[in-house]
Amino acid sequence: MTKVTMTVNGKTVSKEVRGNMLMTEFLRDELHLTGTHVGCDTSQCGACNIHVNGANVKGCTIFAAECDGAEVGTIEGQANADGSLNVIQQAFQDHHGLQCGFCTPGMVMSAAALLKENPKPSEAEVRHYLEGNICRCTGYHNIVKAILAASGQDVSSIAAE
Amino acid sequence: MPKDHGIGAAQKRREDVRFLTGAGKYTDDINVYGQTYCHFLRSDVAHGKIVSIDTSAAEAMPGVVRIFTGKDFEGVGGLPCGWLVTDKNGQPMKEPAHPVLAQGKVRHVGDPICAVIAETLDQARDAAEAIELEIEELPAVVDMRAALGADSARVHDDLSDNLCYDWQFGSDQAAVDKAFAEAAHVTTLELVNNRLVANPMEPRVAVAEYARANDETTLYTTSQNPHVIRLLMGAFVLGIPEHKLRVVAPDVGGGFGTKIFHYAEEAFVTFAARQINRPVKWTATRSEAFMSDAHGRDHVTKIELALDADNNFTGIRTDTLANMGAYLSTFASSVPTWLHGTLMAGNYRTPAIQVNVKAVFTNTVPVDAYRGAGRPEATFQLERLVDKAARELGVDPIKLRRQNFIESFPYATPVAVEYDTGNYVATMDKLEEMIDVPGFAARRAESEAKGKLRGLGVNCYIEACGIAPSNLVGQLGARAGLYDAATVRVNATGSISVMVGAHSHGQGHETAFPQVVADMLGIDESMIEIVHGDTSKIPFGMGTYGSRSLAVCGSAMVRATEKIINKAKKIAAHLMEASEGDIELKDGRFSVAGTDKSVAWGDVTLAAYVPHNYPLTEIEPGLEETAFYDPANFTYPAGAYACEVEVDPDTGKVTIERFAAADDFGNVVNPMIVEGQVHGGLAQGIGQALLESCVYDENGQLLSASYMDYAMPRASDVPFYMVDHSCATPCTHNPLGVKGCGEAGAIGSPPAVVNAVLDALNHAGHAVAHIDMPVSPHRVWQAMQG
Ligand code: FES
Ligand code: FES
Repeated sequence: MTKVTMTVNGKTVSKEVRGNMLMTEFLRDELHLTGTHVGCDTSQCGACNIHVNGANVKGCTIFAAECDGAEVGTIEGQANADGSLNVIQQAFQDHHGLQCGFCTPGMVMSAAALLKENPKPSEAEVRHYLEGNICRCTGYHNIVKAILAASGQDVSSIAAE
Repeated sequence: MPKDHGIGAAQKRREDVRFLTGAGKYTDDINVYGQTYCHFLRSDVAHGKIVSIDTSAAEAMPGVVRIFTGKDFEGVGGLPCGWLVTDKNGQPMKEPAHPVLAQGKVRHVGDPICAVIAETLDQARDAAEAIELEIEELPAVVDMRAALGADSARVHDDLSDNLCYDWQFGSDQAAVDKAFAEAAHVTTLELVNNRLVANPMEPRVAVAEYARANDETTLYTTSQNPHVIRLLMGAFVLGIPEHKLRVVAPDVGGGFGTKIFHYAEEAFVTFAARQINRPVKWTATRSEAFMSDAHGRDHVTKIELALDADNNFTGIRTDTLANMGAYLSTFASSVPTWLHGTLMAGNYRTPAIQVNVKAVFTNTVPVDAYRGAGRPEATFQLERLVDKAARELGVDPIKLRRQNFIESFPYATPVAVEYDTGNYVATMDKLEEMIDVPGFAARRAESEAKGKLRGLGVNCYIEACGIAPSNLVGQLGARAGLYDAATVRVNATGSISVMVGAHSHGQGHETAFPQVVADMLGIDESMIEIVHGDTSKIPFGMGTYGSRSLAVCGSAMVRATEKIINKAKKIAAHLMEASEGDIELKDGRFSVAGTDKSVAWGDVTLAAYVPHNYPLTEIEPGLEETAFYDPANFTYPAGAYACEVEVDPDTGKVTIERFAAADDFGNVVNPMIVEGQVHGGLAQGIGQALLESCVYDENGQLLSASYMDYAMPRASDVPFYMVDHSCATPCTHNPLGVKGCGEAGAIGSPPAVVNAVLDALNHAGHAVAHIDMPVSPHRVWQAMQG
């Protein structure tokens, strides 16, 4: 067991953790932040995407101990201060970019990281950036559309709601 | 002007807020005080005799609470199959036992042998490694044709062979023989419908909790139909009275069919929690999901089409081998028969149709319904066949389809179903406009200028949804009725809880269902909540699959709401001292026709619960009604799909450039949700056509057991889709006129994609008649080499 201290969504937390404890387990089981989901065991699905020191990281590929001292962001910390949906979350709702909602936290975290890096991505850039995130429900149409809309681009010519 | 509320409005989904903020409550998010963790030791061979299991060392490991083996389930029921199919000779299908934990033999990679329960998951896993297991490997049966050979090894020793049933259905033999004997042209096609894994992003989870004090068990499980799980588990597997068993399916992260079925793991945790008197939790890993979730499709088919000299379809004959895997999953037997054979007419007038299906046991994971279940298989066969016929005859594939369309309704097909409404000409017109057929030549020239091949593929589909009349499915072998139920509970202040048997796992019921009730009552949607997924809260339910949510459960909700309106009118009549027949309900107010007297919805509901001035001798207090609805027929959504692909002649890689879907779903309650359902289905169908395949080696090893080996469609594999549902012919036999939209995309897209690839290759001079899915770069490139 090692003791780790980190900031999660702006709050400092300290816990004893096993050396092999993944961040997904730490967030879900120790901090009860269950928005970070586990969809695979090969780091392919992206349901677990979080931000670690500003980087978009798969929570299932990083140990809690490695995040000692880090600044961690999860889906639970994405909404605006007053609890309303942030611009990306709102775009996902407006453009129906989610169905079962299981991939959604990872999608929102990836979208946030993309838009920080590239504030006006093209459709191809959005699709390329999402290579590490699988959604089985939406067919991606509305996810891509929502991310383009969140970047402030006009999506009215893209078919369907 | 698009509506902004009620039926027809593209209302934003209310469930999204919790999903977008990480506040959803999926089964794995549920932890129960004092819970233990379960890990299954699964077979790593496809077929073997269990010689010995020694758990003594494992039992002594730290944290181990108890280890269960097949012995603990002697005398306990196995997992039942819900549909009895009768052989063409009148014999019932073979129904081998499906034990919760393997007994005597293992029959597929992933078959659970032991279950270790420990204080932590790590401890359970460590202990599982210490179990000493001796398994004598036996020859595995993987290929269906080989499985039917006289000298094949047998999956089940107590059966005479590996044939589950040999089912035949359709027109008279003489009529079919005549059609083929007199045909001016016969097109023949052999094809494979590749085995798929549904892969909802949320793996399956089951958590069971037992309260010994009152002998009550609660199971939280990732299920599409909690009541059915309760029924099967209570009545057939564990023998627990239903009132002592509560099944909860909270937020569920996608199902696509694979979460309909009753699985060993949920029966196991329920059994084990009662034995050890502590909660038990099991969460599948993705690799475990690949070898324990029921798989989909997996047909090998030969199909033939007879045409007369004018290119009219005169006969269809199809022979299919359908893989059942090692055991019969809950609905497995119905999929290749009643959900596949009965759709063989497609959208066409073909007077003589005969379908033969041989269901085969193999040493593979059980196969059951996956998005579309049987209809994608039927559509793929038929629409590939029609395309091949058009190429052989040198006629335009759209023209050949149009010429043979069914145009008058109702239409009784030779394969037992009667389509109530449809307009296939209109959807094809719409499709041609959407994909811009006249512009194709220019787009092809542009591709060619870049050194690429371009192809346009088209197909139609029809499906049977909203399943279905209980008396009919009963005759066909279903061991359940397929009605659904809803309770509308109006509170004193006028807000409403609607308890529905349908289960939402991405379909947006919490948004769409209130739209219907709000529309009927003329009140604000925010007054209405939907309750689902918990057997302790809802009256009854048969769950969500086969696009039955709105068509069946939604109809039950309409009937219950009608009862509410009838009673509320009586109360309103009393309050206004008018006669009941004069009461009208509009915009949430009851008024007396021809007067200015009216009372608001809230006043009536309050009177029902505060019955101070109330005709207690004539009307009971309270305002709550339940309805069960059993449909008169299936519903028949239909559509026409088109796909344009570019093929790279150097690598064989196929890229989808344009995709258009014109669907007839009948009336639409929420167009935004409907379009989202089509998008999702399209990606799954395109995935099947280009990428996905579940692969076994000849020893029955599962080679595609992770996302490293099973290619899931990703954002860059698909385009923006063009979808339309304006060519609607409302269903004539349910009160909403809805048909269902959930499977359409997955049914309609695979043949469109494959037809497009073949169009590209043939146009470029490669005489390729067919390529099996997935149409991978390797297969395309090989086909081009001749
Ligand atoms: S759970 Fe981390 S990528 Fe799938
Ligand atoms: S919304 Fe279900 S997996 Fe993306």
